[in-house]
Amino acid sequence: MSEAMLVADKLTRRFGGLAANQDVCLELHRGALHALLGPNGAGKSTCINMLSGDLPPSSGRIVFGGRDISTLTAAQRSRIGIGRSYQRTNIFPGFTVLENCRLAAQSRNPRPWKIFTDALRLSDTVTRAEAAIAEAGLAGREGRVAGTLSHGEQRQLEIAMVLATDAQVLLLDEPLAGMGSEESAQMVELLKGLKARRAILLVEHDMDAVFAVADTITVMVNGLVLASGAPEAIRANPDVQQAYLGEGAHV
Amino acid sequence: MDSRIALVLKLVALAGLLAFPAFGSPFYVEMLAKILVLAIFAMSLDLLVGFTGLVSLGHAAFFGVAAYAVALLTPKYDPASLWLALPLSVLGAAAAAFVIGLFVLRTKGIYFIMVTLAFAQMAYYVFHDTALGGGSDGIYLNFKPDASIAGWAPFSLDEPMHLYYFIVFAMVAVFVFLTLVLRSPFGKVLVGIRSNEHRMQSLGYATFRYKLAAFTLAGALAGVAGFLYAVLFGFVTPEYLSWHQSGNVLMMVILGGMGNLAGAVIGAFAFVGLQEFFAGMTKHWQLLMGGVIVLAVLFLPGGIAALPRRLAAAREARRAALPPDAPPPAARKAAAPATPPAPPMIGKMKQGVNHV
Amino acid sequence: MDLVTFLIQILNALQYGLLLFLVASGLTLVFGIMGIINLAHGSFYMVGAYMAFVLTGMTGNLMLTIALGIPLAFAFGALLEWLLFAHLYKRDHLEQVLLTYGLILIFEELRSLAVGDDVHGVAVPALFSASIPLSDTLSYPVYRIVISVVCLLLAGGLWWLMKRTRLGMMIRAGSHDRDMVQSLGIDINLLYRTVFALGVALAALAGMLAAPISSVYPGMGGSVLIISFVIVVIGGIGSVWGALVAALLIGFADTFGKVLLPEFAGLAVYLVMAAVLLWRPEGIFKKG
Repeated sequence: MSEAMLVADKLTRRFGGLAANQDVCLELHRGALHALLGPNGAGKSTCINMLSGDLPPSSGRIVFGGRDISTLTAAQRSRIGIGRSYQRTNIFPGFTVLENCRLAAQSRNPRPWKIFTDALRLSDTVTRAEAAIAEAGLAGREGRVAGTLSHGEQRQLEIAMVLATDAQVLLLDEPLAGMGSEESAQMVELLKGLKARRAILLVEHDMDAVFAVADTITVMVNGLVLASGAPEAIRANPDVQQAYLGEGAHV
Repeated sequence: MDSRIALVLKLVALAGLLAFPAFGSPFYVEMLAKILVLAIFAMSLDLLVGFTGLVSLGHAAFFGVAAYAVALLTPKYDPASLWLALPLSVLGAAAAAFVIGLFVLRTKGIYFIMVTLAFAQMAYYVFHDTALGGGSDGIYLNFKPDASIAGWAPFSLDEPMHLYYFIVFAMVAVFVFLTLVLRSPFGKVLVGIRSNEHRMQSLGYATFRYKLAAFTLAGALAGVAGFLYAVLFGFVTPEYLSWHQSGNVLMMVILGGMGNLAGAVIGAFAFVGLQEFFAGMTKHWQLLMGGVIVLAVLFLPGGIAALPRRLAAAREARRAALPPDAPPPAARKAAAPATPPAPPMIGKMKQGVNHV
Repeated sequence: MDLVTFLIQILNALQYGLLLFLVASGLTLVFGIMGIINLAHGSFYMVGAYMAFVLTGMTGNLMLTIALGIPLAFAFGALLEWLLFAHLYKRDHLEQVLLTYGLILIFEELRSLAVGDDVHGVAVPALFSASIPLSDTLSYPVYRIVISVVCLLLAGGLWWLMKRTRLGMMIRAGSHDRDMVQSLGIDINLLYRTVFALGVALAALAGMLAAPISSVYPGMGGSVLIISFVIVVIGGIGSVWGALVAALLIGFADTFGKVLLPEFAGLAVYLVMAAVLLWRPEGIFKKG
């Protein structure tokens, strides 16, 4: 496998006396989707928040392209190519779909000093936004106000915004949350397409979806990594079966 | 509203402003000039409150700094050059906004409101207490700035008409300037910050810098207003920086409907109009003003600007509730549902304290 | 500065800081628990001072006035909460600013209509009108010491109220989790009304206590309001303990600023605030 793009090295986060994440190690590679599984409260969101810069780790390192980025802000991490989506839809509800993605694309070449230029005439930005909208499957929805989209479409918009930032590492926090089966299937297809040129970390509850798209799976319980490996190995792992998948698991 | 109709309305309003001195007495021309200066002030604050989501209760500081700057730049027995005094005053206001912005923008929500108020009060004391500002009496400008360039005078601010048209020009220039800024990449980021600052950060924007730039720009434009105000009335006092001044300009922005430049201008007209109207009725006009404000918040969430929308929504709801063969009005009243809950006034404004 | 002068300044700083604490503690509780920004809080201080002036004119005794004034102010606060502030909890900060700004205009004009715009003095109660001689030429008025002692007792009382009583338990729970308070079966409306009225009573009491030393004048509410904001910002919203520490800090900064740098006296307080903002933007005692 190629050299890792993003490495989490013994990431630990304590809240008071409680360790929400303890010595978590992960590697993300271009062309591969790494899924993070675990029951509620296992520390998946804490982990993704530390990787994206929304939450500073108590200890441990985050390395991107060989460089320690542990102290960079969320905005700085976004600019070097780490993009994230949120579990609870986090968009600009009053703006159109195009403007949501245009703002995302504009962050790659912000040109704030061009105060007499109409932002809509900066064609590189608009083109990038439209491409991201199309890739996320929202073509034709550009003019809709984001707050009026269906739940599934808003989840797609979340992804489109990350794509518009041209992120090379995608941190996706439960993109399938609250989706119907048809929408989920579309999203799974989308994820399969996306991972070809990028490295993806996927936090997800939907087992079928995870086993359908993941190249590597890490299972967390109580802030600790329980197991990590290829899907077949995880499926066969007795610890995982007992601790997380449960006796009646159908996997 | 159709953008073409809006443009026509704006041009008609501009024509009215240009033609006004032909009909109005000098008293009303001066009052109109004052309103236009306050309109510039209100637009500058709207950039923060309405477009960036920063509720500043200390905006008068920058208005006052520029006003004092022109007073201090004017020599005792000569006029200052307009082309020197105006940029320097505006620069002074911008510098003050930049420095204060470095501090206040570290806070959010309720803290931001309180801290902007406190810093403005600090600026107030600088001019009130130190020898620099001439104490509570303020300073008279013995001469209005001189507009001549190398001996050639295109106009003279000592002429009330010239001053009036200079102010009209400044107001239009600020309006056009802000309109352009708001559709630029920079302006789009500000509106994004108002809507969802956290998301802007995760999209890669260093929002602090954008907010600081907006704060500085708003301070500079408030400085334009402060400069013109000092020139118009010929004196400056610490009251220009008082928190009542900051409160009043916030009222103008809200009266006209936030996040709308034309609204800020209308708000300045409405505020001065109300003030004059109540002042004509009683010496204690602030009682009426306060009463109107309190009642408006209680019974008109959304302000005057939201009134048409609310009325339309109420009409809609009533129509929807009516069966085809409508009962007589009296019965209809009883059957009609209560007015639907108004949309939260400034839905995009974040509730500061309890938010993470 | 010789030792006696220094001692006098320390006593002045303590007295001023403790008085400010009375105003700021109510403000910080209302901020912290109800999430309301109340610009009219300074007006309650003003109302208290004018109440001292008017009632003392009728009763002839400041202490009797205070005994009457506290329940009056409490009732006034409860009424105001019921009439106006109860409608603000769900609104955003801008509307709270707007309404309470309108209230200031109303209070100031009502004050002007009722007692005019003149500056008035209020007599120090005869019992405390003496001064303690500290040197041949310098002495310290007993009344100022009384103020400090009263404020200290009240600070202790507030601490006891917050830590040891059921009401305090509810207040602390309310500032952390509104839903939990309601699920405990506590009447949140009553709780809010009580806290608000308490804040009004404390501010009015501060005004009544201060009336004999600061005199009574229009606009006295505004300056106290802004200083109280500074205290809340320094102490951290919702922290009574933080308000006490910050109020004393401000008392000392202001008093010694006036002695050491008379030219920049008004600025000392704000410089302290600026320094704290650089260090901890959410106040020294910000919770969580």
